[in-house]
Amino acid sequence: MSSETKQILTTDGIPLEVSLKKAERKNKIKAFLLVAPLLFFLIITYVFPIGDMLFRSVDDKMVTQMLPKTFKAMENWDGQELPEEEVFAAFHEDFIKLVEDKREGKLSTQLNYTKNGFKSIIKKLRRKSKTFEEGNYKEQIMSVHKRWADVEYWRAIKRRAPEFTSQKYLKGMDMYVNEEGKIVSVEEDRRIHRVLWLRTLEIAFFVTVFCFLMAYPIAHLLATLPMKYSNLLMICVLLPFWTSLLVRTASWMILLQQQGIVNDFFVGIGLVADDNRPEMMYNKTGSYVAMTQILLPFMVLPLYSVMKTISPSLMRAGKSLGGTPFVAFWKVYFPLTIPGIGAGCLLVFILAIGYYITPALVGGASGTLISNQIAFHMKSTLDWSFASAMGLMLLSGVLVIYWLYNKIVGIDNIKLG
Amino acid sequence: MSKQKDFVKFENVDKSYDGKVLVVKDLQLDIEEGEFVTMLGPSGSGKTTCLMMLAGFETPTNGEIYLGGKAISSIPPHKRGIGMVFQNYALFPHMTVYENLAFPLRVRKIPKDEADKKIDKALSMVSLQGFASRMPGQLSGGQQQRVAVARSLVFDPQLVLMDEPLGALDKNLRESMQYEIKHIHESIGVTVVYVTHDQSEALTMSNRIAVFNDGKVQQLSSPDELYEKPVNSFVAEFIGENNTFNGEVSDISGGKCKVKLSNAEIIANPISVKSKGEKTKVSLRPERALINPKDKMDNIHNGKIEEVIYHGDHTRVRINLLGNPEFILKVPNSSANLDIKLGNEIKIGWNSEDARALDPK
Repeated sequence: MSSETKQILTTDGIPLEVSLKKAERKNKIKAFLLVAPLLFFLIITYVFPIGDMLFRSVDDKMVTQMLPKTFKAMENWDGQELPEEEVFAAFHEDFIKLVEDKREGKLSTQLNYTKNGFKSIIKKLRRKSKTFEEGNYKEQIMSVHKRWADVEYWRAIKRRAPEFTSQKYLKGMDMYVNEEGKIVSVEEDRRIHRVLWLRTLEIAFFVTVFCFLMAYPIAHLLATLPMKYSNLLMICVLLPFWTSLLVRTASWMILLQQQGIVNDFFVGIGLVADDNRPEMMYNKTGSYVAMTQILLPFMVLPLYSVMKTISPSLMRAGKSLGGTPFVAFWKVYFPLTIPGIGAGCLLVFILAIGYYITPALVGGASGTLISNQIAFHMKSTLDWSFASAMGLMLLSGVLVIYWLYNKIVGIDNIKLG
Repeated sequence: MSKQKDFVKFENVDKSYDGKVLVVKDLQLDIEEGEFVTMLGPSGSGKTTCLMMLAGFETPTNGEIYLGGKAISSIPPHKRGIGMVFQNYALFPHMTVYENLAFPLRVRKIPKDEADKKIDKALSMVSLQGFASRMPGQLSGGQQQRVAVARSLVFDPQLVLMDEPLGALDKNLRESMQYEIKHIHESIGVTVVYVTHDQSEALTMSNRIAVFNDGKVQQLSSPDELYEKPVNSFVAEFIGENNTFNGEVSDISGGKCKVKLSNAEIIANPISVKSKGEKTKVSLRPERALINPKDKMDNIHNGKIEEVIYHGDHTRVRINLLGNPEFILKVPNSSANLDIKLGNEIKIGWNSEDARALDPK
């Protein structure tokens, strides 16, 4: 059987496909020109900086470029014993160059990330190197400090040879590459990131659950009330949405603090003793309360838009066929709202997992999330590559959730309003 | 087994939604077991409200509804055991046809094999065998309609309510569905209360029709009686086509009355008029008036043909007759020999029996 298909020609004898492309080209160009400014803007302000930041998280060229000769000489070193004179000589040469450029400080910072203790011995080496004589650098360097005679430190230098590294990602998981080149976890009392990741997931999960429990009845009311009332209710839902996030968070601080309105009220009705006011802020409770309130509209709106499309006659049909109101709800109404539930939960969860300002203000030490840690490294330690590594881990976490959702519920089942 | 005369009974039922306007006024209605009763009326006449009260989705403001002799106002909808077909079918979109039909059986805890038998029977009743695994979205409008009918019948209810079930279908499908529903009703003998605003639907399907207007039943009778003998001018005008003459009774005697029009006098059958001088509206069906009548008729008048509209099986002729420029005649196309041409003067006759003098409204 021949798979050859006959080419269809237009009346002018031009193949139909060619003719069609020609006719549509103008429209395509027009459409492209219309979106071009936005595309350009996005590339410059979004794709490029984010790409750059993500690249930073694996980029480790700095040391590679600072010690080119050393790494070349180290290529044949097996890492078992102290390296040969040749390596020391190359290191000396690289180091002198760095000192001339006044870049040895950066080297010490970088090497210190890999192994503590480099800072002081590099400072010392710089001082002593001025008096070095030519030849036998191994002896001279080793005499500067006993750590220079320790093979561990030379192994640490060698680990910085590759241009790319995954160590920032490992650090984000509280892991590192040890002296033998194996990936191991840090000591238990020094693990901070895993706790934060778990707490972030936990808070995001419960905030999603709370939002769902509160939003479902509200959305149902919105969808079923007569226009007159539902509009008013809608405004009540949206009003906080239109208020600045900072203002809302600050109001929660006023409400929740120990001498705040909520506590005053509890004391007033005799629920708690005046000298035993519960702490509702600067801990997880604060994060839960404020984030739930702030993210609530993101759950209400998709639910509402789905419920609006469910004909009231379906519930009636369910009841007239003999289902109790609960059965009619559970078997008929609820399954039909699943696209809205999926959209709302996904939206709230993803927003919550990367939430920053609110936990920073009301979360205290036990209520902060991974995003606060990222911000900390961006602003305070200036370890941008670590911050972007954690950012990427967060992003991949979100993508995994998205993928899981697509697998389980199906993304075409989603309805965002 | 004798049939219960008042299987469904509306007793002095009032319904108001806002406390100001009565949507249903003092409704009295008895429906016999096994009967097919249609509530017919224009939109806003209260017919759907009555159905909803019967189904239990609205509560009567006053009065009581009885089903099989039991007052049902305090029984919630899911315990009434009434099947219902909704206007937009209300099939559960996330369930297959099978699951839709299984729903009422499952909530009644009917064992699976028995339920399967019932579902098969219901599907074959609407000739949809083999569609059980389809989703409602994959069915055409007519098929969805049948599923809705099957679902309302599958749990063997004594009473089925249908709320304009054919409204969304096209004309041909609607007609065939009318017959289908009628045949189903005849074969299983279930009591049906059917709501529609389409009079031809009501006339084809029903045993009796309740014509609603303004929250009241205007007339409750069999289709032929409703058409032939409307008791007031609303019914006469709402059902079928109707020619009217407004006038005043000038004489009434021996079961006949004379009605004085602006420029003539006709003889009519006094239905709602009692005495001389009363204003009246005389109603005459188009097919009761004949052109060049051969039989002796007590009303014969001349009129001028204003318009001729070809309708395939018949021709509609608009005639200016006795000051009414909208007088319509239906001429079967077999009588092609008649000289029906625009502008011709023709002779038109009818029996006073068929000209019903009703209220002047």
